[in-house]
Amino acid sequence: MPVSAWDVFLLVLRRELTLSFRRPDQLVQPLVFFVIVTTLFPLGLSVQLSLLREMAPAVLWVAALLASLLSLDALFKSDAEDGTLEQLVLSGQGLYVIVVAKTLAHWLVSGAALLLVSPLVATALAIPLAAFPTMLLSLSLGTLTLSWLGAIGAGLTVGLKRGNVLISLIVLPLAMPLLIFGAGATDRAIAGTSALGACYLLAALCVLTCTLAPFAAAAALEVTLE
Amino acid sequence: MHVWRGDRHVLKGVSFELGSGELLHVTGPNGSGKTTLLRVLTGLLRPEQGRIAWHGEEIAAAPSDYQRALAYASHEPALKSDLSALENLRFLVGLKRRLSTAELTAALQRTGVAHCADLPVRVLSAGQRRRVAMARVLAVQAKLWLLDEPYTNLDVAGTELLSSLLQSHVAAGGMALVVAHHELNVEMARRRLDLA
Repeated sequence: MPVSAWDVFLLVLRRELTLSFRRPDQLVQPLVFFVIVTTLFPLGLSVQLSLLREMAPAVLWVAALLASLLSLDALFKSDAEDGTLEQLVLSGQGLYVIVVAKTLAHWLVSGAALLLVSPLVATALAIPLAAFPTMLLSLSLGTLTLSWLGAIGAGLTVGLKRGNVLISLIVLPLAMPLLIFGAGATDRAIAGTSALGACYLLAALCVLTCTLAPFAAAAALEVTLE
Repeated sequence: MHVWRGDRHVLKGVSFELGSGELLHVTGPNGSGKTTLLRVLTGLLRPEQGRIAWHGEEIAAAPSDYQRALAYASHEPALKSDLSALENLRFLVGLKRRLSTAELTAALQRTGVAHCADLPVRVLSAGQRRRVAMARVLAVQAKLWLLDEPYTNLDVAGTELLSSLLQSHVAAGGMALVVAHHELNVEMARRRLDLA
């Protein structure tokens, strides 16, 4: 019986999640990084709640971007090293579906996990409770967009020995709009004004990257395999 | 076909045809382009000159159909060390066709590693991994086998087993292209392509 694209999607997603949970260290490292970096700021700044609150959105967002980047290097690399990537390409299934499933799995174990600990971090940064919904919404859109962008970077650098720095150089400039709108949305929520505009823009970026980035990443993987 | 890797002319005008029930043994010294030839045949690498056709149709025209009809076993066994042998197979074979756990276990049994089905691949020996990779090729039920040095790390019994599997695949109308340094120990007609 032929395998449908949906079967392939579920198969890849399940396998990626299983692999992540078999390697909890890779799961926990970005989270610990996120918590440590964000808690360094309140320790380093003078004890002024207003100053901390003003810096909080930028600190939160920069730390979230960097923490998501940490695990991006492994997105396709381990598959490329053990020969699985060739088998994926030769499966006769569109690489697009495989890239979508792998990237979504990456987001679930990195971005979504960051969302879970972000209330804790936000409390340390003196972000008021009323701003939490906007913060969580903007962070979820932002980290998901970053995973799609990261898939392109990871696809392009999969053949390189030390691709990690190069991924950051490729992805971070592309992630600047995320930082601007994401931190802007959180900032507005803290100030008590409407953050809808920035959230719409983040959602638009997310839709744009989730439809186009898998094509780019799949093409990059095919080129690097040659 | 002709293939260049950078400035190096690796495949200098290789040409052959393979039909149902045929076995082609590719030989040649190190660096003569055996693996490159296999990668070109899978479609992973495009030849600069020449064409590869499957059922008379160029493979680039319908890559998915062709890829579903082939099973490629590269140098690397393509197994995840954190997953069990069975989980690895369920994933890799599942991408190509739907099948039951019983079918996968049967494939592992045929290659003599059924007892390792639930062990993480990390604890398997190189030879056992090779056998699991061979079970994948079997379970895919592909018409065309492309095997890159399949005898590496196999013990005497493993070598015999692989030869008998090759023989039954080809006898059943399958096609196989095997890259191997030493002689294939099969009792059947085979063609030879020397890349030297």
